[in-house]
Amino acid sequence: MILRKDLTVEVRSLEIAYTTLFFAVSCVLFFAFALVKEGKAPEDGAAGILWIAIAFSGTLALGRTFERERQSETLRALLMAPAARPAIYVGKLLSIIALLVAAEVVLVPLVAFLFQVPLLAHPFWLAAVLVTGTIGFAAVGTLFSAMLVRARSRDVLLPVLLYPITVPVIIAGVRATAELLEPDVELALVRFWVALLVALDVVFVTLALWTFEPLMTD
Amino acid sequence: MAIDFLELTAEDVSRHFGRRRALSKISFQTRTGSILGLLGPNGAGKSTMIAVLATLMRASGGAVRYGTHTAALAGASLRARIGILGHDLFLYPELTARENLAFFAGLYGAADAHAAADAALARAGLGDRAHDPISSFSRGMRQRVALERSLIHGPRLVLLDEPFTGLDDASTAALVARLRGLRDEGAIVILATHDLDLAEGLLDEALFLRDGRMVDAVARPGALRSTYRSIMGRRS
Repeated sequence: MILRKDLTVEVRSLEIAYTTLFFAVSCVLFFAFALVKEGKAPEDGAAGILWIAIAFSGTLALGRTFERERQSETLRALLMAPAARPAIYVGKLLSIIALLVAAEVVLVPLVAFLFQVPLLAHPFWLAAVLVTGTIGFAAVGTLFSAMLVRARSRDVLLPVLLYPITVPVIIAGVRATAELLEPDVELALVRFWVALLVALDVVFVTLALWTFEPLMTD
Repeated sequence: MAIDFLELTAEDVSRHFGRRRALSKISFQTRTGSILGLLGPNGAGKSTMIAVLATLMRASGGAVRYGTHTAALAGASLRARIGILGHDLFLYPELTARENLAFFAGLYGAADAHAAADAALARAGLGDRAHDPISSFSRGMRQRVALERSLIHGPRLVLLDEPFTGLDDASTAALVARLRGLRDEGAIVILATHDLDLAEGLLDEALFLRDGRMVDAVARPGALRSTYRSIMGRRS
Protein backbone atom coordinates (compact mmCIF):
# COMPACT_ATOMS: atom_id res chain seq x y z
CA MET A 1 0.00 0.00 0.00
CA ILE A 2 2.84 2.38 0.86
CA LEU A 3 4.52 1.52 -2.43
CA ARG A 4 1.30 2.20 -4.35
CA LYS A 5 0.73 5.47 -2.48
CA ASP A 6 4.33 6.61 -3.10
CA LEU A 7 4.07 5.76 -6.78
CA THR A 8 0.73 7.64 -7.08
CA VAL A 9 2.23 10.72 -5.42
CA GLU A 10 5.33 10.48 -7.61
CA VAL A 11 3.41 10.02 -10.85
CA ARG A 12 1.36 13.10 -9.93
CA SER A 13 4.30 15.33 -9.00
CA LEU A 14 7.25 13.65 -10.82
CA GLU A 15 9.41 15.73 -8.48
CA ILE A 16 11.79 13.02 -7.27
CA ALA A 17 11.88 11.17 -10.61
CA TYR A 18 12.88 14.29 -12.53
CA THR A 19 15.50 15.46 -10.03
CA THR A 20 17.00 11.98 -9.60
CA LEU A 21 17.16 11.36 -13.31
CA PHE A 22 18.49 14.83 -14.10
CA PHE A 23 21.22 14.45 -11.49
CA ALA A 24 22.16 10.92 -12.66
CA VAL A 25 22.28 11.88 -16.34
CA SER A 26 24.29 15.05 -15.57
CA CYS A 27 26.76 12.98 -13.57
CA VAL A 28 27.32 10.54 -16.45
CA LEU A 29 27.61 13.37 -18.99
CA PHE A 30 30.23 15.25 -16.93
CA PHE A 31 32.36 12.12 -16.61
CA ALA A 32 31.95 11.36 -20.31
CA PHE A 33 33.09 14.86 -21.29
CA ALA A 34 36.04 14.65 -18.91
CA LEU A 35 37.25 11.09 -19.55
CA VAL A 36 36.34 10.05 -23.09
CA LYS A 37 39.12 11.16 -25.45
CA GLU A 38 38.80 10.55 -29.18
CA GLY A 39 36.00 8.06 -28.60
CA LYS A 40 38.06 5.99 -26.13
CA ALA A 41 37.12 5.71 -22.47
CA PRO A 42 39.52 4.58 -19.72
CA GLU A 43 39.42 0.87 -18.98
CA ASP A 44 36.83 -0.07 -16.30
CA GLY A 45 35.78 3.57 -16.12
CA ALA A 46 32.22 2.91 -17.26
CA ALA A 47 31.48 0.51 -14.41
CA GLY A 48 32.65 2.97 -11.80
CA ILE A 49 30.79 5.89 -13.36
CA LEU A 50 27.56 3.89 -13.59
CA TRP A 51 27.72 3.11 -9.88
CA ILE A 52 28.73 6.66 -8.92
CA ALA A 53 25.65 7.93 -10.78
CA ILE A 54 23.44 5.35 -9.04
CA ALA A 55 24.86 6.13 -5.58
CA PHE A 56 24.70 9.93 -5.93
CA SER A 57 21.23 10.06 -7.47
CA GLY A 58 20.05 7.41 -5.00
CA THR A 59 21.17 9.60 -2.10
CA LEU A 60 19.18 12.48 -3.56
CA ALA A 61 16.08 10.28 -3.96
CA LEU A 62 16.40 8.90 -0.42
CA GLY A 63 16.50 12.37 1.10
CA ARG A 64 13.54 13.67 -0.92
CA THR A 65 11.37 10.59 -0.28
CA PHE A 66 11.47 11.09 3.47
CA GLU A 67 11.31 14.88 3.20
CA ARG A 68 7.84 14.33 1.72
CA GLU A 69 6.81 12.27 4.77
CA ARG A 70 8.28 14.93 7.08
CA GLN A 71 6.48 17.92 5.60
CA SER A 72 3.03 16.91 6.86
CA GLU A 73 4.38 14.58 9.56
CA THR A 74 2.75 11.69 7.70
CA LEU A 75 5.54 9.40 8.91
CA ARG A 76 3.95 9.62 12.37
CA ALA A 77 0.61 8.58 10.88
CA LEU A 78 2.30 5.60 9.22
CA LEU A 79 3.94 4.66 12.51
CA MET A 80 0.49 4.76 14.16
CA ALA A 81 -0.94 2.19 11.73
CA PRO A 82 -1.72 -1.22 13.25
CA ALA A 83 0.81 -2.94 11.01
CA ALA A 84 4.19 -4.13 12.22
CA ARG A 85 6.39 -1.04 12.01
CA PRO A 86 9.07 -2.81 9.94
CA ALA A 87 6.36 -3.13 7.24
CA ILE A 88 6.61 0.66 6.81
CA TYR A 89 10.33 0.26 6.25
CA VAL A 90 9.68 -2.43 3.62
CA GLY A 91 7.13 -0.21 1.85
CA LYS A 92 9.52 2.74 1.67
CA LEU A 93 12.40 0.44 0.63
CA LEU A 94 10.35 -0.94 -2.28
CA SER A 95 9.43 2.61 -3.38
CA ILE A 96 13.08 3.67 -3.44
CA ILE A 97 14.18 0.49 -5.24
CA ALA A 98 11.48 1.08 -7.88
CA LEU A 99 12.69 4.65 -8.37
CA LEU A 100 16.36 3.64 -8.64
CA VAL A 101 15.60 0.77 -11.04
CA ALA A 102 13.72 3.26 -13.23
CA ALA A 103 16.80 5.53 -13.17
CA GLU A 104 19.04 2.57 -14.04
CA VAL A 105 16.88 1.76 -17.08
CA VAL A 106 17.92 5.16 -18.45
CA LEU A 107 21.49 5.14 -17.12
CA VAL A 108 22.61 1.77 -18.51
CA PRO A 109 22.04 2.53 -22.23
CA LEU A 110 23.38 6.06 -21.71
CA VAL A 111 26.65 4.80 -20.17
CA ALA A 112 26.90 2.04 -22.82
CA PHE A 113 26.52 4.65 -25.58
CA LEU A 114 28.77 7.38 -24.19
CA PHE A 115 31.58 5.05 -23.09
CA GLN A 116 31.14 2.60 -25.99
CA VAL A 117 31.02 -0.46 -23.71
CA PRO A 118 29.01 -3.69 -24.17
CA LEU A 119 26.96 -3.22 -20.99
CA LEU A 120 24.00 -5.14 -22.44
CA ALA A 121 26.02 -8.14 -23.63
CA HIS A 122 24.94 -10.16 -20.56
CA PRO A 123 21.57 -8.63 -19.68
CA PHE A 124 20.61 -11.27 -17.07
CA TRP A 125 23.82 -10.90 -15.10
CA LEU A 126 23.81 -7.13 -15.41
CA ALA A 127 20.24 -7.04 -14.07
CA ALA A 128 21.24 -9.35 -11.21
CA VAL A 129 24.19 -7.11 -10.28
CA LEU A 130 22.16 -3.91 -10.49
CA VAL A 131 19.15 -5.23 -8.58
CA THR A 132 21.17 -6.82 -5.75
CA GLY A 133 23.42 -3.76 -5.52
CA THR A 134 20.45 -1.40 -5.49
CA ILE A 135 18.73 -3.41 -2.75
CA GLY A 136 21.85 -3.27 -0.55
CA PHE A 137 22.35 0.46 -1.09
CA ALA A 138 18.67 1.29 -0.61
CA ALA A 139 18.33 -0.97 2.47
CA VAL A 140 20.91 1.06 4.39
CA GLY A 141 19.80 4.36 2.88
CA THR A 142 16.14 3.88 3.74
CA LEU A 143 16.95 3.17 7.37
CA PHE A 144 19.26 6.17 7.70
CA SER A 145 16.83 8.49 5.89
CA ALA A 146 14.04 7.47 8.26
CA MET A 147 16.34 7.92 11.27
CA LEU A 148 17.45 11.38 10.13
CA VAL A 149 14.02 12.64 9.13
CA ARG A 150 13.87 15.01 12.11
CA ALA A 151 17.58 15.93 12.17
CA ARG A 152 18.28 19.50 11.15
CA SER A 153 21.41 18.65 9.13
CA ARG A 154 19.96 15.48 7.57
CA ASP A 155 21.11 16.39 4.03
CA VAL A 156 24.74 16.48 5.19
CA LEU A 157 24.51 13.56 7.58
CA LEU A 158 22.89 11.11 5.15
CA PRO A 159 25.87 10.70 2.76
CA VAL A 160 28.33 10.87 5.66
CA LEU A 161 26.63 7.86 7.28
CA LEU A 162 25.54 6.06 4.11
CA TYR A 163 28.68 5.89 1.95
CA PRO A 164 31.11 4.32 4.46
CA ILE A 165 28.63 1.54 5.26
CA THR A 166 27.67 0.86 1.65
CA VAL A 167 31.29 0.79 0.40
CA PRO A 168 31.25 -3.06 0.20
CA VAL A 169 28.07 -2.91 -1.93
CA ILE A 170 29.54 -0.30 -4.27
CA ILE A 171 32.85 -2.17 -4.59
CA ALA A 172 31.07 -5.47 -5.34
CA GLY A 173 28.75 -3.72 -7.82
CA VAL A 174 31.65 -1.99 -9.62
CA ARG A 175 33.82 -5.13 -9.79
CA ALA A 176 30.93 -7.30 -11.04
CA THR A 177 29.95 -4.71 -13.68
CA ALA A 178 33.58 -4.30 -14.76
CA GLU A 179 33.89 -8.06 -15.14
CA LEU A 180 30.81 -8.07 -17.38
CA LEU A 181 32.58 -5.56 -19.66
CA GLU A 182 35.65 -7.79 -20.17
CA PRO A 183 36.01 -9.41 -23.62
CA ASP A 184 36.21 -12.85 -21.96
CA VAL A 185 33.74 -12.70 -19.14
CA GLU A 186 34.46 -15.02 -16.23
CA LEU A 187 30.94 -15.86 -15.12
CA ALA A 188 32.25 -17.64 -12.00
CA LEU A 189 33.69 -14.32 -10.84
CA VAL A 190 30.43 -12.49 -11.61
CA ARG A 191 28.54 -15.18 -9.66
CA PHE A 192 30.89 -14.62 -6.71
CA TRP A 193 30.22 -10.86 -6.67
CA VAL A 194 26.47 -11.37 -7.01
CA ALA A 195 26.54 -13.92 -4.16
CA LEU A 196 28.43 -11.36 -2.05
CA LEU A 197 25.84 -8.71 -2.90
CA VAL A 198 22.99 -11.09 -1.94
CA ALA A 199 24.74 -11.82 1.38
CA LEU A 200 25.16 -8.08 2.04
CA ASP A 201 21.49 -7.51 1.15
CA VAL A 202 20.41 -10.17 3.66
CA VAL A 203 22.59 -8.67 6.40
CA PHE A 204 21.53 -5.05 5.74
CA VAL A 205 17.80 -5.78 5.38
CA THR A 206 17.77 -7.99 8.49
CA LEU A 207 19.59 -5.38 10.58
CA ALA A 208 17.29 -2.63 9.29
CA LEU A 209 14.12 -4.61 10.06
CA TRP A 210 15.47 -5.36 13.53
CA THR A 211 16.41 -1.77 14.39
CA PHE A 212 13.66 0.18 12.59
CA GLU A 213 11.01 0.07 15.34
CA PRO A 214 13.24 1.06 18.28
CA LEU A 215 14.89 3.81 16.22
CA MET A 216 11.57 5.26 15.06
CA THR A 217 9.78 5.02 18.41
CA ASP A 218 12.23 7.43 20.00
CA MET B 1 -6.05 -9.75 17.07
CA ALA B 2 -7.99 -6.58 17.92
CA ILE B 3 -8.08 -5.61 21.57
CA ASP B 4 -10.29 -3.22 23.47
CA PHE B 5 -10.07 -1.31 26.73
CA LEU B 6 -12.42 0.77 28.82
CA GLU B 7 -9.97 2.88 30.78
CA LEU B 8 -6.63 4.55 30.31
CA THR B 9 -4.18 4.92 33.18
CA ALA B 10 -0.97 6.90 33.28
CA GLU B 11 1.24 6.02 36.25
CA ASP B 12 4.10 8.39 37.06
CA VAL B 13 4.87 8.92 33.37
CA SER B 14 8.14 10.79 32.81
CA ARG B 15 9.95 11.63 29.62
CA HIS B 16 13.42 13.12 29.31
CA PHE B 17 15.19 14.49 26.23
CA GLY B 18 18.81 14.28 27.31
CA ARG B 19 18.96 16.36 30.48
CA ARG B 20 15.74 18.21 29.72
CA ARG B 21 12.69 16.88 31.50
CA ALA B 22 9.61 17.19 29.25
CA LEU B 23 7.29 15.21 31.53
CA SER B 24 7.71 14.50 35.20
CA LYS B 25 5.65 11.85 37.00
CA ILE B 26 2.28 12.49 35.38
CA SER B 27 -0.50 10.29 36.74
CA PHE B 28 -4.18 10.19 35.81
CA GLN B 29 -6.94 7.80 34.92
CA THR B 30 -9.80 8.31 32.50
CA ARG B 31 -12.63 6.10 31.33
CA THR B 32 -14.69 5.46 28.24
CA GLY B 33 -17.29 8.13 27.48
CA SER B 34 -15.26 11.07 28.74
CA ILE B 35 -13.26 13.99 27.44
CA LEU B 36 -10.05 14.78 29.28
CA GLY B 37 -8.28 18.09 28.64
CA LEU B 38 -4.53 18.56 28.90
CA LEU B 39 -4.23 22.27 29.57
CA GLY B 40 -1.18 24.42 29.94
CA PRO B 41 1.00 27.03 28.26
CA ASN B 42 3.37 26.31 25.38
CA GLY B 43 6.15 23.96 26.49
CA ALA B 44 4.06 22.46 29.29
CA GLY B 45 4.48 18.92 27.92
CA LYS B 46 1.03 18.47 26.37
CA SER B 47 2.26 17.28 22.96
CA THR B 48 4.85 14.99 24.54
CA MET B 49 2.11 13.43 26.67
CA ILE B 50 -0.03 12.92 23.57
CA ALA B 51 2.92 11.28 21.76
CA VAL B 52 3.53 8.94 24.70
CA LEU B 53 -0.17 8.00 24.89
CA ALA B 54 -0.17 7.42 21.11
CA THR B 55 2.78 4.97 21.50
CA LEU B 56 4.84 7.20 19.21
CA MET B 57 7.27 7.85 22.05
CA ARG B 58 8.41 5.70 24.94
CA ALA B 59 8.13 7.00 28.47
CA SER B 60 11.50 7.31 30.20
CA GLY B 61 9.82 6.28 33.44
CA GLY B 62 6.41 5.14 34.64
CA ALA B 63 3.82 3.32 32.54
CA VAL B 64 0.72 3.85 30.45
CA ARG B 65 -1.94 1.13 30.69
CA TYR B 66 -4.72 0.75 28.17
CA GLY B 67 -7.11 -1.30 30.29
CA THR B 68 -4.85 -4.24 31.12
CA HIS B 69 -2.64 -3.78 28.06
CA THR B 70 0.65 -1.93 27.58
CA ALA B 71 2.11 -0.52 24.37
CA ALA B 72 5.20 -2.73 24.67
CA LEU B 73 3.17 -5.93 24.71
CA ALA B 74 0.09 -5.09 22.63
CA GLY B 75 1.88 -3.08 19.87
CA ALA B 76 0.03 -3.12 16.55
CA SER B 77 -3.29 -4.43 17.92
CA LEU B 78 -3.32 -1.58 20.43
CA ARG B 79 -2.56 1.03 17.75
CA ALA B 80 -5.64 -0.22 15.87
CA ARG B 81 -7.73 1.26 18.71
CA ILE B 82 -5.98 4.66 18.83
CA GLY B 83 -6.71 7.65 16.60
CA ILE B 84 -4.58 10.78 16.64
CA LEU B 85 -5.07 14.23 15.20
CA GLY B 86 -1.82 16.09 15.59
CA HIS B 87 -0.93 19.72 15.17
CA ASP B 88 0.26 18.66 11.72
CA LEU B 89 -2.55 17.03 9.79
CA PHE B 90 -0.88 13.80 8.59
CA LEU B 91 -2.32 14.16 5.06
CA TYR B 92 -0.57 13.91 1.69
CA PRO B 93 -1.14 17.21 -0.15
CA GLU B 94 -0.62 15.62 -3.59
CA LEU B 95 -3.42 13.08 -3.06
CA THR B 96 -7.13 13.84 -3.17
CA ALA B 97 -9.25 13.79 -0.01
CA ARG B 98 -10.73 10.43 -1.04
CA GLU B 99 -7.31 8.93 -1.83
CA ASN B 100 -5.94 10.10 1.52
CA LEU B 101 -8.83 8.62 3.47
CA ALA B 102 -8.88 5.40 1.45
CA PHE B 103 -5.12 4.98 2.01
CA PHE B 104 -5.47 5.29 5.77
CA ALA B 105 -8.63 3.14 5.84
CA GLY B 106 -6.64 0.46 4.01
CA LEU B 107 -3.74 0.79 6.46
CA TYR B 108 -6.21 0.13 9.27
CA GLY B 109 -7.54 -2.94 7.49
CA ALA B 110 -10.94 -1.64 6.28
CA ALA B 111 -12.69 -4.25 4.14
CA ASP B 112 -13.76 -1.61 1.62
CA ALA B 113 -11.38 1.32 1.96
CA HIS B 114 -13.12 3.45 -0.67
CA ALA B 115 -16.57 3.00 0.91
CA ALA B 116 -15.04 3.97 4.28
CA ALA B 117 -13.48 7.04 2.67
CA ASP B 118 -16.78 8.08 1.08
CA ALA B 119 -18.61 7.72 4.40
CA ALA B 120 -15.93 9.76 6.17
CA LEU B 121 -16.13 12.50 3.52
CA ALA B 122 -19.91 12.62 3.93
CA ARG B 123 -19.48 13.05 7.72
CA ALA B 124 -17.01 15.88 7.07
CA GLY B 125 -19.46 17.51 4.66
CA LEU B 126 -16.87 17.35 1.90
CA GLY B 127 -18.41 14.75 -0.41
CA ASP B 128 -18.42 17.23 -3.30
CA ARG B 129 -14.66 17.85 -2.90
CA ALA B 130 -13.72 14.16 -2.73
CA HIS B 131 -11.62 14.24 -5.90
CA ASP B 132 -9.80 17.50 -5.22
CA PRO B 133 -6.20 17.35 -3.98
CA ILE B 134 -5.72 18.25 -0.33
CA SER B 135 -3.33 21.03 -1.39
CA SER B 136 -6.33 22.95 -2.80
CA PHE B 137 -8.25 22.83 0.53
CA SER B 138 -8.48 25.60 3.12
CA ARG B 139 -6.99 24.99 6.58
CA GLY B 140 -10.46 24.34 8.05
CA MET B 141 -11.35 21.82 5.34
CA ARG B 142 -8.02 20.04 5.76
CA GLN B 143 -8.65 19.87 9.50
CA ARG B 144 -12.04 18.24 8.89
CA VAL B 145 -10.48 15.65 6.57
CA ALA B 146 -7.68 15.07 9.10
CA LEU B 147 -10.21 14.52 11.89
CA GLU B 148 -12.03 11.93 9.77
CA ARG B 149 -8.68 10.32 8.97
CA SER B 150 -8.00 9.92 12.67
CA LEU B 151 -11.46 8.41 13.26
CA ILE B 152 -11.78 6.25 10.14
CA HIS B 153 -11.07 3.01 12.03
CA GLY B 154 -13.46 3.71 14.95
CA PRO B 155 -10.79 4.15 17.65
CA ARG B 156 -11.49 3.73 21.37
CA LEU B 157 -8.86 6.33 22.31
CA VAL B 158 -8.94 9.61 20.39
CA LEU B 159 -5.97 11.94 20.91
CA LEU B 160 -6.18 15.52 19.66
CA ASP B 161 -3.32 17.98 19.81
CA GLU B 162 -4.48 21.60 19.40
CA PRO B 163 -7.40 20.59 17.14
CA PHE B 164 -8.92 24.10 17.06
CA THR B 165 -5.92 25.71 15.33
CA GLY B 166 -6.95 27.67 12.25
CA LEU B 167 -10.65 26.81 12.44
CA ASP B 168 -13.40 29.35 11.85
CA ASP B 169 -16.45 29.51 14.13
CA ALA B 170 -18.56 27.10 12.07
CA SER B 171 -15.75 24.51 11.85
CA THR B 172 -15.04 24.89 15.58
CA ALA B 173 -18.70 24.30 16.43
CA ALA B 174 -18.76 21.24 14.14
CA LEU B 175 -15.62 19.87 15.82
CA VAL B 176 -17.04 20.41 19.30
CA ALA B 177 -20.25 18.60 18.26
CA ARG B 178 -18.21 15.74 16.79
CA LEU B 179 -16.18 15.38 20.00
CA ARG B 180 -19.36 15.27 22.09
CA GLY B 181 -20.72 12.63 19.70
CA LEU B 182 -17.55 10.55 20.16
CA ARG B 183 -17.92 10.80 23.94
CA ASP B 184 -21.53 9.63 23.70
CA GLU B 185 -20.44 6.70 21.52
CA GLY B 186 -18.04 5.58 24.26
CA ALA B 187 -14.68 6.89 23.10
CA ILE B 188 -11.97 8.11 25.46
CA VAL B 189 -11.14 11.57 24.12
CA ILE B 190 -7.96 13.36 25.23
CA LEU B 191 -7.58 16.90 24.04
CA ALA B 192 -4.42 18.98 24.42
CA THR B 193 -5.03 22.68 24.02
CA HIS B 194 -4.11 26.08 25.35
CA ASP B 195 -7.32 27.55 23.95
CA LEU B 196 -9.42 27.68 27.11
CA ASP B 197 -12.42 29.48 25.61
CA LEU B 198 -12.97 26.74 23.05
CA ALA B 199 -12.49 23.96 25.60
CA GLU B 200 -15.01 25.60 27.95
CA GLY B 201 -17.95 23.35 28.70
CA LEU B 202 -16.50 20.48 26.69
CA LEU B 203 -14.25 18.77 29.23
CA ASP B 204 -15.23 16.18 31.83
CA GLU B 205 -11.84 16.46 33.47
CA ALA B 206 -8.91 18.82 33.10
CA LEU B 207 -5.24 18.22 33.87
CA PHE B 208 -3.21 21.38 34.28
CA LEU B 209 0.41 21.02 33.19
CA ARG B 210 3.32 23.41 33.59
CA ASP B 211 6.99 22.73 32.80
CA GLY B 212 6.22 19.04 32.38
CA ARG B 213 4.62 18.70 35.80
CA MET B 214 1.00 18.13 36.69
CA VAL B 215 -0.04 21.15 38.69
CA ASP B 216 -3.61 20.07 39.37
CA ALA B 217 -6.51 17.94 38.12
CA VAL B 218 -10.08 19.16 38.20
CA ALA B 219 -13.22 17.10 37.50
CA ARG B 220 -16.06 18.81 35.62
CA PRO B 221 -14.18 22.12 35.40
CA GLY B 222 -16.39 25.17 35.13
CA ALA B 223 -15.26 28.73 34.37
CA LEU B 224 -12.14 27.29 32.83
CA ARG B 225 -10.20 30.53 32.38
CA SER B 226 -10.51 31.64 36.01
CA THR B 227 -9.79 28.08 37.21
CA TYR B 228 -6.70 28.04 34.99
CA ARG B 229 -5.51 31.40 36.29
CA SER B 230 -6.00 30.42 39.88
CA ILE B 231 -4.24 27.06 39.49
CA MET B 232 -1.36 28.30 37.34
CA GLY B 233 -0.85 31.38 39.51
CA ARG B 234 -0.65 29.28 42.65
CA ARG B 235 3.01 28.35 42.42
CA SER B 236 4.39 31.07 40.16
